[in-house]
Amino acid sequence: MKRIYLDHSATTSVDPQVLEAMLPYFSEKFGNASSVHSFGQEARGAVDNSRHAIAEFLNCKSTEIIFTSGGSESDNLAIKGVVEESEIEKPHVVTSSFEHHAVLDTIKELELDGKIEVTFINPNKDGLIEVKDIEAAIKPNTVLVSIMYVNNEIGTVQPIRAIGQMLEKLNKEREQKVYFHADAVQAAEYFDMNVDTLHVDLLTMSAHKIYGPKGIGLLYVRSDVPIKHQIVGGGQEYKKRAGTENVAGIVGFAKAVELIEESRNQGIKEKRDRLIDGLLKIPNSQLNGSKEFRSPANVNISFINAEGEAILLNLDMEGIAASTGSACTSGSLEPSHVLLSLGLKPEQCHGSIRFTLGRETIEDEIDSVLEIMPDIIEKLRKMSPFN
Amino acid sequence: MDNLYSEKVMDHFKNPRNLGEIADADGVGTVGNKNCGDVMKIYIKVEGDKIADIKFQTLGCGAAIASSSIATELVKGKTIEEALKLTSKQIAEQMGKFPPAKYHCSILAEEGIKKAIEDYQKKK
Repeated sequence: MKRIYLDHSATTSVDPQVLEAMLPYFSEKFGNASSVHSFGQEARGAVDNSRHAIAEFLNCKSTEIIFTSGGSESDNLAIKGVVEESEIEKPHVVTSSFEHHAVLDTIKELELDGKIEVTFINPNKDGLIEVKDIEAAIKPNTVLVSIMYVNNEIGTVQPIRAIGQMLEKLNKEREQKVYFHADAVQAAEYFDMNVDTLHVDLLTMSAHKIYGPKGIGLLYVRSDVPIKHQIVGGGQEYKKRAGTENVAGIVGFAKAVELIEESRNQGIKEKRDRLIDGLLKIPNSQLNGSKEFRSPANVNISFINAEGEAILLNLDMEGIAASTGSACTSGSLEPSHVLLSLGLKPEQCHGSIRFTLGRETIEDEIDSVLEIMPDIIEKLRKMSPFN
Repeated sequence: MDNLYSEKVMDHFKNPRNLGEIADADGVGTVGNKNCGDVMKIYIKVEGDKIADIKFQTLGCGAAIASSSIATELVKGKTIEEALKLTSKQIAEQMGKFPPAKYHCSILAEEGIKKAIEDYQKKK
């Protein structure tokens, strides 16, 4: 059976050019980048070159990039790092209620431990955070604002630049600076990642969402932002994150970044819109999140009286991979916190399906989904007591 | 999905037994609600003291649909007394492999059948 992968926000395949760049760094150039001998220096050179290439992409200094094990670790480091380094007794943190759990749960844990005060900002019904809401939440003891660039479930694009500019203006009058962290894991493939124009102080990136390998990510930390390391040991990554460098992963990450521009799926937005428009022809369906301020890869639609996991199982039988915000796949019996934050009713969350397109997505695949979905929804609705 | 559910669950999900409604049912039971995501409606037709026919309609995940199907199969043709002895544990055992978080689906199926019987006994 021909398989159709439409879950690129979960992860992407490793680009063959990325894999090729990585391969020498497993068995041949295997040195530890901290070693003085030629084996080590070979590895050190590769790490330095990769760091430099990524720094150019982000328009920052090489010394401002901390390699980590991935997006979650970067988010943890950004938040705990800034909070723990703050001199304020009980710092205040502002975030949104629909962040990725790597941000949300880190902040909630600190709050539960009594270490911070938190303000959670709700998005509007279109899934967008409003700059004025962030501004209104800032207090004298605020040390950090953490807002995601592109929401992983509904693909809505947050006004990162406008928030950054607003905070920069506020900071001019403040003694206690408010640092701004953006989780940009879902944004790197399609949006501006220049940390200067974005006006961010910290930024999270992950390789496996941009056709790089899993297990490698980074945190950009502007040079004047004090953060406390979370992993102690050999003093790697400018003493901000100990651990022998994942040389092959770093090399692959840099190659993946290099390929972003040239490998982008031209016409992906048109394919997305065709999928959205086609699926909305199914009765009792709705698009979740703004269509205008949305990742060109993301489709998230709720179908009333059809349950998400049952839809996924039916799609999987046809070889189509997608995901859902239904409680039934969360393991917690709670529907998606993202969809709930938009003000959706639980029954609307349970029937949600996310398709995320990627570089290799072709028109034929969109056609297949549009052909199969109406039958699946009709079948499930007929099985329900609400037909 | 082979690692998520047993073959038996997938079989009942793909080819549910006793799916549908009974227009002149002797007892009907609806359990669950839209907030939690699963709603089961069970219809029974009773002849003498036996469940002569049983049908279900379910809005829910794979495990919810499969447990409804399996539970209706287990009580079809049984006496009311036997059907009331059906437990969620028996349903879960029949289902084989499924994620622990889905155990509530088998509980829902047990409750659905009991509620339909209750409805029948009230009407009698």
